[in-house]
Amino acid sequence: MSSAVVPQSPAPAEWVLPSRGTVGMICLITAEVAVFTIFVVAYVFYIGKSVAGPQPKDVLDLPIFNTVCLLSSSLTIHLAVRALRNAKVTAFGVWWFITLVLGSIFLVGTGIEWHRLIYEKGLTITTNLFGTTYYSLVGLHAFHVTVGLLAISIAMILTLLGKVKPEHSERADVFSMYWHFVDAVWVVVFTVVYVIGR
Amino acid sequence: MASETIALGAIANGGRTVGETLHGWVTTVDHKKLGILYILYALFFLVVGGIEATIMRIQLIVPHNHFVSPEVFNRMFTMHGTTMIFFVAMPILFGFGTYLVPLMIGARDMAFPRLNALSFWLTAFGGLLLYFSFVGGNGLYGAGNAPDVGWFAYAPLTSRAFSQGHSTDFWSLALLVSGIGSIGTAVNFITTIISMRCPGMTLGRMPLLAWLNFVMAGMVIFAVSPLTAAQIMLCIDRYLGGHFFDTQAGGSAVLWMHFFWIFGHPEVYVLIIPSFAFVSEIIPVFSRKPIFGYPVMVAATIAIGFISLSVWAHHMFTVGMSSYGNTFFTITTMIIAIPTGIKIFNWIGTMWSGKIQFKAPMLFCVAFLFQFLIAGLTGIMLSASPFNWQLSASYFVVAHFHYVIVGGILFAVFAAFYYWFPKMSGRMYNETLAKWHFWLFVIGFHLTFDFMHIPGLLGMPRRIYTYEPGRGWETWNLIVTIGAFVQAIAILIFVGNLLWSMFKGAPAGNDPWDAWTLEWSTTSPPPDYNFAAIPTVESRRPLWDLKHPEDPDWKYE
Repeated sequence: MSSAVVPQSPAPAEWVLPSRGTVGMICLITAEVAVFTIFVVAYVFYIGKSVAGPQPKDVLDLPIFNTVCLLSSSLTIHLAVRALRNAKVTAFGVWWFITLVLGSIFLVGTGIEWHRLIYEKGLTITTNLFGTTYYSLVGLHAFHVTVGLLAISIAMILTLLGKVKPEHSERADVFSMYWHFVDAVWVVVFTVVYVIGR
Repeated sequence: MASETIALGAIANGGRTVGETLHGWVTTVDHKKLGILYILYALFFLVVGGIEATIMRIQLIVPHNHFVSPEVFNRMFTMHGTTMIFFVAMPILFGFGTYLVPLMIGARDMAFPRLNALSFWLTAFGGLLLYFSFVGGNGLYGAGNAPDVGWFAYAPLTSRAFSQGHSTDFWSLALLVSGIGSIGTAVNFITTIISMRCPGMTLGRMPLLAWLNFVMAGMVIFAVSPLTAAQIMLCIDRYLGGHFFDTQAGGSAVLWMHFFWIFGHPEVYVLIIPSFAFVSEIIPVFSRKPIFGYPVMVAATIAIGFISLSVWAHHMFTVGMSSYGNTFFTITTMIIAIPTGIKIFNWIGTMWSGKIQFKAPMLFCVAFLFQFLIAGLTGIMLSASPFNWQLSASYFVVAHFHYVIVGGILFAVFAAFYYWFPKMSGRMYNETLAKWHFWLFVIGFHLTFDFMHIPGLLGMPRRIYTYEPGRGWETWNLIVTIGAFVQAIAILIFVGNLLWSMFKGAPAGNDPWDAWTLEWSTTSPPPDYNFAAIPTVESRRPLWDLKHPEDPDWKYE
């Protein structure tokens, strides 16, 4: 094996590249945006094209409380990350827990809404085009909330076990980007499904 | 430092049983091993997809042939297309990218090594899922086995009424799973290139291969995600009784076409851009000149990336779009020829007055230039919507896109194989066998795909399992099938050459081509950690600077 000669020259004075976590998360979010775009396009394209069954204006109510809870969780996760960055681990745990509660309220609220639609209004995914597109789009978003809540729960358990340290603030920051994205998608879903589509 | 290298090498290779070696490969997160796994996996499916193509060509060799039934023929063209795009072309290009990008930018691995392994295994299991349909596709209905809906699986053919059993489910799930793997790989490429470059490796000094894989990864993110979304919808339709593509309930079959081709056309560029990357690395080395017009090459690639996202409906001219739609997609499709033409011009500019060495990698690159040009020209013909109305879904289209995929992409991949084989294996390939492979493959390729245009112009539609005599198609089909066999022989020589050289080839040394990029500065094959010390660079050709300290590149940049 001949020895390898690797080019070595005086290193540039400053060589700082963007953090891997941030770049990776931006890429993931971009891919998710593309996925949601297709579902939103399908939803908008099929507004008013159902040939039978309940229409959106007959069955949908504005989920105001749910929306307030989910959107406020963006603020609380931001405060949590800021607390961790400033080495306030207890404050981080409190804000993180509130985020978990707010996200869970949203998920339970969606469950209640779906229960009402299915058992009282008779709207399922097979009923008509509205049912198909509604459950798919809202369901895809709820799936992302669920994934986020699982991640938040794991971090919550680690916090309670005392494993979360200020040096983990960058990871919390990267995750919070995902959570903000899930909230932003809800703004779009809310507008398309409950405002335009109704 | 030398003793440290030897000690690490002994740990890496010494005294392992077969089981331990296998376990090492299955659990690896090393980008070089994963790259080789991608490539071997793709080579296996290249043979499988090639056998499927051969079955189709034998069936079409004479009119009224009974080699296979119409049902089997439908399964063959579906599996051939799906296999070649998703389980040959993408993994083989991802494999080279995974192997080369960290080495070329002076990094020790990808940004997310475990995600890299996950992406590979998702792709691998996607392929197994597709082929499991041969045994598991019967389901409860006893109908069908492999999917037979065509590689773009138009609605309503994919609805439960027309695709009973599970074969279409296997197709959909295979693409969903491997698509998620592809997105993971793309995230990894972009992050690696942005965040892992060695000191001094500014964006303007990156090898073109890294730049082009960066653009490719961005396109995967924008193009494969819609396919993933569309597959979720198809699964909702098939499993949960949804109506996305159910025309009886007001759904739209054309929407599936849009969703599929929003993925499908950028996908062509996802495949051709890494091929451009190989050519952009190989032509300069064998012309003994730096690449001509580096910034323009980067700009042209980015332009191709953007424009290719707005051309998808040229696959749908015959659906009956508005005249505005037809005009828009005709114009965007024609515009994309401009940056592509700039690239061809720059490669020729690189060769111009260079000291050209016609080794096997260079031969494949030169053939690539000619063939990709012709493929582009028939592409411009087909982009004109009135012309397209006449020839859409004919053998002319089949000949056109095989000219792109075989004449362009596969030739570039062969060039890459011969160029980087010494680095990956540590041994040289056999140049004589490589030249036999080249010339036989060129002859076979042109016999098959030049003559395939003609029955298309004479009106032969694609996807027919047989045809009537007396339409003037017989001779052309005979020639096309003979060409397919010549190509198959050439591929056997290629595989034989690689296997033989793997064990018996002459040792390659670190830098057999006297090349200029960082992967040639480390040993062949590179150690697990790639570089004992992280390199620093001052120009686009760090090894030139090292070999020519009296006249380094950075003086001129």
